[in-house]
Amino acid sequence: MTTTIADIDIPAPNLTAELPPFEGDRVIQFREALREAMSEEMRRDPRIFLMGEEVAEYNGAYKVSQGMLEEFGAKRIIDSPISENGFAGLGIGAAMYGLRPIIEFMSWSFSLVAADQILNNAPKMLYMSGGQWGCPIVFRGNDGAGGQLGSTHSWCVEALYANVPGLKMAIPSCPYDAKGLLKTALRDPDPVFFLESERMLGDKAHVPEEEYYIPFGQAELRREGDSCTVVSFGRPVNFCIEAADQLAAEGINVDVLDMRTIRPLDVEAIERSLRKTNRIVVVDQSWPFASIASEVITQVIERFFDYLDHQPIRVNSDDVPAPYAKPLEQAFLPHAGKIVEAVKQTLS
Amino acid sequence: MSSTEVKPDAQRRAKPSDELTPETLNKWLYDMMLIREFELRTMAAYQQAKIGGFCHIYIGQEATVVGTFGAVNHDDPIITAYRDHGHALARGMHPNHCMAEMFGKITGCAKGKGGSMHMFDKPNHLYGGHGIVGAQTPVGTGLAFGAKYELEVLGGGTKKVCLAYLGDGALNQGALHEAMNLAGLLSIPVIYIVENNGYSMGTSIQRGTTMAHDLGAKAAAYGIDFLEVDGFDVIDLYDGFKPFADACREKQRPGFVDLKTYRYQGHSMSDPQKYRTKEEVSQFQEKDSIDRLAHLLLNERGTLGEDEYKAMQKEIKEIVKESIKFSESSPDPDVEAELYSDVYANIEPNLSPTRDYNHGAKNDLL
Repeated sequence: MTTTIADIDIPAPNLTAELPPFEGDRVIQFREALREAMSEEMRRDPRIFLMGEEVAEYNGAYKVSQGMLEEFGAKRIIDSPISENGFAGLGIGAAMYGLRPIIEFMSWSFSLVAADQILNNAPKMLYMSGGQWGCPIVFRGNDGAGGQLGSTHSWCVEALYANVPGLKMAIPSCPYDAKGLLKTALRDPDPVFFLESERMLGDKAHVPEEEYYIPFGQAELRREGDSCTVVSFGRPVNFCIEAADQLAAEGINVDVLDMRTIRPLDVEAIERSLRKTNRIVVVDQSWPFASIASEVITQVIERFFDYLDHQPIRVNSDDVPAPYAKPLEQAFLPHAGKIVEAVKQTLS
Repeated sequence: MSSTEVKPDAQRRAKPSDELTPETLNKWLYDMMLIREFELRTMAAYQQAKIGGFCHIYIGQEATVVGTFGAVNHDDPIITAYRDHGHALARGMHPNHCMAEMFGKITGCAKGKGGSMHMFDKPNHLYGGHGIVGAQTPVGTGLAFGAKYELEVLGGGTKKVCLAYLGDGALNQGALHEAMNLAGLLSIPVIYIVENNGYSMGTSIQRGTTMAHDLGAKAAAYGIDFLEVDGFDVIDLYDGFKPFADACREKQRPGFVDLKTYRYQGHSMSDPQKYRTKEEVSQFQEKDSIDRLAHLLLNERGTLGEDEYKAMQKEIKEIVKESIKFSESSPDPDVEAELYSDVYANIEPNLSPTRDYNHGAKNDLL
């Protein structure tokens, strides 16, 4: 192959195409869905490379990139040393040069040491350069509590990072979305922060074999009901579904809206649901102070105040460092019990 | 050259600069004089409050960019820190766009959105102008990685080197050390050029950096080739740097350069300079790189005529004066069109709760 970067022209995917069915019998793990998205896009676009700790020879710290070294070779699947600020910055330079890097953080907790690169450089480059250089890069990795990892390894970075203009943020809750959203992220010209969860990597569900792209900013209704609108994203969507099923057994039916992306945020979907329910609970695994839930509720109050029959309620992780002990960690998360209670409160 | 051509008693070996034409050297003098005149005018405009924010003046360090840029190709990527006006001008940015950026005008290289510390020039392969000390070094490593990837994975392009400039203050930042480790490990053709002017703001290098007397130790720690070079004589600088850069390009390996220079002005426009003496400054001014090159070309080599030199001075004064006029008469960025443009390349609804983003005016450089 003799191609320069300038020769490569891959048009934007069709984001208005009808998506394949959510249900089906091609059951694979969340991690395999992520791998499928990366591999499909890497086959199409030679500018994409994957760099991160243990992504190549170790086959991925969480086996997300298993087998990719074999298929794509060491020039495109690249083991980095434990040096997040260094390799995140390297990715940014490579993106400015015209490549399409995927930078994997073993955990988003570790991205804190790369904060200057990922917050100061990637999202601001287009603005600082007066439109000359953007930064088409995907940062991805595990976010939120794993299993008893303690406070330094259990970061939910969404509230911290989504504050910064210039970046997009996608947080899938299931294998189907993991593939469809990551493929869209890899075709987007802006920096995308893609937040996965260690606790979901083994989740199994139907994932279509075909290529599909889930548009950003379009929430998906996971449960339907007219009692209350429950808004969430990422792993806590699963807690919401659990809560919705418990509530349904008591005859209370709620809308569970999976936002899929935080920036952009599908407020119109929230509006449609609120018109029907007049009640809202926002479930977010960040800490409550200045969280994504706070932001969603602010927007609801600013725009849809008249629809509300009860004050909005947020369900976050408890406002303490993530604990180690199992019962403490369980209590700390925005689990189904807290959600059920919050929904009932809006109905009281 | 074969050994038979060298006289046994020859004291003087062939130097890379022997190949430089008088036109090239005249152009170098021109560029250095242009930077100095530009910076003098910048200081005046700052004092008149026409330029805001932080502003870092390049006077004294002109030979650095001219001599090192002269040793690489125009399409080799360049990245630097915030003392960046010299880099922009030496790379070919029109002084109008450089000055207008500092005036915060739409005709500036970053449409008035970047300011003094953020000179970007895509057609001239200048990837900024970066404000956080040392943060540009991993990015420069990525630029070089990109060039090497293009060559090795895509099979296109040519062997390039990226010049990543930093001040001596950045020697103490983790970002640089992570970048150097990656470059050494992955064999990335980036040359870290320390514009060692002896001070990080008001802290002398001895007070901030270990092994300040031998920065080669830092390069050695990462398995990177090292060069120490005098930045006061642009020809000596070129003679040292050219073969070094050629080797990095050829081997596609990183390099690290301790380039000794000096800034005559304060760290920024608001620096009372109590950390150094006037005598120290004048000591360096006595070996001024522009005076030296002018003397060489005018008097020793006679390759530049007195009239030609005067015409050069006159032209530069006019060009820089014009850049002030251009900046003064350029419009401010339109708030409606520009405040919310250049934030996202792919604008979608609901990216912000405040309002939708938009596309603004086309950048004059593109």
